[in-house]
Amino acid sequence: MLMLMMSRTPLHSANFDKQHLLHRLYALQHQNCHISTESVAQVAGEFNLPVSQVAAVVDFYSFFYREPVGRYHMLLSNCTSCGYRAGGIDVLEKLCQNLNVIPGITRADGQVSISETSCIGMCDHGASMLINGMPLVGLDEKKVTQIARLVSEQTPLSKWPRDWFRIGCPIQKRGLLLRDNSRSGDSLIKALTAGPQHTLEQIVHSGLRGRGGAGFSTGRKWQFCREAAGDAHYVVCNADEGEPGTFKDRVLLQCYADALFEGMAICAFVVGAKRGFLYLRGEYRYLLNHLQETLERGYKKNLLGRSILGHDGFDFDIEIVVGAGAYICGEESALIESLEGKPGIPRIRPPFPVTHGYLGQPTAANNVETFIAAAYIANDGSERFSAVGTERSTGSKILSISGDCRLPGVYEYPFGVSIQQVLDDCGGDNVQAVQIGGPAGALLARRDFHRQISFEDVSTGGSFLVFGEKHDLLSVNQNFAHFFAHESCGFCTPCRVGTQLLEGSLKKIVDGRAVAADIDEIEQLSKLVMRYSHCGLGHTAANHILDSLKHFPELFGKRTVQQAFSPQVDLEAALETARQITHRDDADAHLE
Amino acid sequence: MAREATKATEPNNLTIDGQTVPFKAGQTIMDAALAARIYIPHLCHYPGLKPAGNCRLCVVEANGKSVAACITPAQPGQQVCSDTSELNAARLAITQMLFVEGNHICPSCEKSGNCRLQAMGYYLGMLEEHFHQFNPRREIDASHPTVLLDRDRCILCDLCVRASRDVDKKNVFAIAGRGIHARLIVNTASGKLGDSNIEADDLAANICPVGAILIRERSFDSPIGERIYDRLSISDTAMTEHVPDKGKDHD
Ligand SMILES: Cc1cc2nc3c(=O)[nH]c(=O)nc-3n(C[C@H](O)[C@H](O)[C@H](O)COP(=O)(O)O)c2cc1C
Ligand code: SF4
Ligand code: SF4
Ligand code: FES
Ligand code: FES
Repeated sequence: MLMLMMSRTPLHSANFDKQHLLHRLYALQHQNCHISTESVAQVAGEFNLPVSQVAAVVDFYSFFYREPVGRYHMLLSNCTSCGYRAGGIDVLEKLCQNLNVIPGITRADGQVSISETSCIGMCDHGASMLINGMPLVGLDEKKVTQIARLVSEQTPLSKWPRDWFRIGCPIQKRGLLLRDNSRSGDSLIKALTAGPQHTLEQIVHSGLRGRGGAGFSTGRKWQFCREAAGDAHYVVCNADEGEPGTFKDRVLLQCYADALFEGMAICAFVVGAKRGFLYLRGEYRYLLNHLQETLERGYKKNLLGRSILGHDGFDFDIEIVVGAGAYICGEESALIESLEGKPGIPRIRPPFPVTHGYLGQPTAANNVETFIAAAYIANDGSERFSAVGTERSTGSKILSISGDCRLPGVYEYPFGVSIQQVLDDCGGDNVQAVQIGGPAGALLARRDFHRQISFEDVSTGGSFLVFGEKHDLLSVNQNFAHFFAHESCGFCTPCRVGTQLLEGSLKKIVDGRAVAADIDEIEQLSKLVMRYSHCGLGHTAANHILDSLKHFPELFGKRTVQQAFSPQVDLEAALETARQITHRDDADAHLE
Repeated sequence: MAREATKATEPNNLTIDGQTVPFKAGQTIMDAALAARIYIPHLCHYPGLKPAGNCRLCVVEANGKSVAACITPAQPGQQVCSDTSELNAARLAITQMLFVEGNHICPSCEKSGNCRLQAMGYYLGMLEEHFHQFNPRREIDASHPTVLLDRDRCILCDLCVRASRDVDKKNVFAIAGRGIHARLIVNTASGKLGDSNIEADDLAANICPVGAILIRERSFDSPIGERIYDRLSISDTAMTEHVPDKGKDHD
């Protein structure tokens, strides 16, 4: 268990650059509850950047605001597992009622604002929110009442019940990686003894593939990066973990940060990097102190810093950069843009980050779990690793399981485990469907539960959402469609506009206003968005719709009306304003 | 992963809809197509400016994979399909998306007839907008004496951004905001065009494909009916477009 120390300010070491643009803007946001036009101009001056770049950054990230938010600013997760409806009651509505707040609008006295945000990675802790950036978990009716009272009494957050902020490490099943981690340093010692070439060969031989979702060979990536010419090489750890339902990196960062930093150092040794970054999603800012302390320990033990473990010429520093609310920054080239102090717009590829990454230099970017697996391989050897799993998916996979199951949490399995096995272990009874890999992944029905978790069958970055019989899958679809529409970076037309159109079409279906032609239309549109978008977000944004149409066609059929056409807008509802203005409510003021 | 090096000895040819097209190392599919006078629809691409890849009108199938021609390197032996009914249907839908996302009231737009979005609609046989209108609220900036910015018609093609930054060397524009909230901003403390150093004969003031950046008092220089796309197809005019060469290398 990690206890939050809210009163303590982050350590100010070389591990955290206060002068990173995102950190400077965070400080202003924190201090003034918003970032004013004057602040934008001021920061542009300080950083010697165009005003438009600073303005574009402020406008891109969800956790920066142009207008003041409340002194208590609450962002309720809208994920299907840690969202405000997860516990059966709508805690967002309740909170707003109790505090007399309209969602998204700061209360007139400037005290409170309440909004929603994409999954905050607390899916194993029930309905959750970020309050002034800190995760507050396990929201229920009782807590909502207490929160309303504390806010009304203006009790400072540091005096709120500590256990509301206690984030657990619910590891339910351990395998290769989730084990005793007291031997920090061993992997790095072995790698240094073996030398960079031999260490690289071990990673290649192990068959390790990226754990962030795409499954690219880690050995080959490191090799390309090592061979790429450049003034400097960089290592980047992708800890942006934004795929709804994923929280395994949170647990790894909390409990296995030593192994992570060791894995990054091993990568640096192999590719010849002197500098590395940990890009931490803004939602996990509460882990910053802990991570900095872990880094400090690493420096003390000379696992980082100059002449690491006495190895002359091997210097490596790690710096933490904290994001500010943007799922797209998990896409590696968008992440690098963000590291460079820009909006997270995916780059044109090729060239790829391995040759042209951070500051245009060769960059090895990997997921948290990938680095930890690499540290394992350096210590235990590639054979021990590849003995586990399947032929093309060696090793283990750490899953974050949540939703309608008795034992949510983190589970480590050998690749190849069947979905049914996972459901049996996590207490998922009467399950109608699982969403594997998050909204961007695959929706599978019962008849597919014999299938296995692996790159060759059902692949996942770690999200495993369980939907019981009673769960309304159409509203799940609507939730996912909203997620993509909200998180699209807006760069390319099919994704920027298409995800909005999909969200609207699903609403029409859920509202029971759709006709048969609308179902064909949504299918066409889904394919278009996925086919012609620029990056992985668009390419996967309608998977859930196509999967639902395939496995659960009756979901859609049931809700359609039997007529040839129905307008996109709800005409009856659209007349409401006119009725209010004219003070009319007679029969002629209604369509039906 | 990295772009395969194309050996100088190999003939650098690809095919577009079956036609053999030569290319030079470093060229994109779009570059090769335009050099061979093959039209691949495009809105955010303008020869002489760095490609951006945002509009997606130029989608083609290259060796069976959907890619944007303007940002995809040409490869030896690559088989590109462009003028297919499927791709043209996708381009039509994308054009319709651009129409409904903004406020394009063409009959009252000064750019009508000279507008490349409209021309794209003609080219693709667009008869209706198909999707529902988003009716966004967007700001008009009339603070500059000679250049008007009407964001209602902006399609976020980024051409003015690149033209101003890379050719005019003034960096007047940027795109800010995420997702559907993306919008064109002006690089001044006030955010107003009037405080910028843009001038009416800058490339950035003239490159806008739609009626979002307009030069004042020039809009009705040629009467409706005698405008560019009243006479020509965008597939013809696209062949002659290039950033005016001021003796600089713009690529
Ligand atoms: C929209 C989008 C979001 C992504 N989010 C993450 C993420 O949160 N964490 C992650 O490791 N990879 C994420 N990825 C994948 C990364 O682009 C990249 O493939 C990965 O970080 C590489 O590391 P790996 O090879 O170790 O998996 C995302 C990709 C896309 C397209
Ligand atoms: S697919 Fe979506 S997220 Fe990706 S570049 Fe296009 S608009 Fe941005
Ligand atoms: S103003 Fe015109 S040129 Fe600039 S981004 Fe908008 S549409 Fe493109
Ligand atoms: S012309 Fe290629 S994406 Fe716009
Ligand atoms: S005619 Fe209206 S934007 Fe072109």
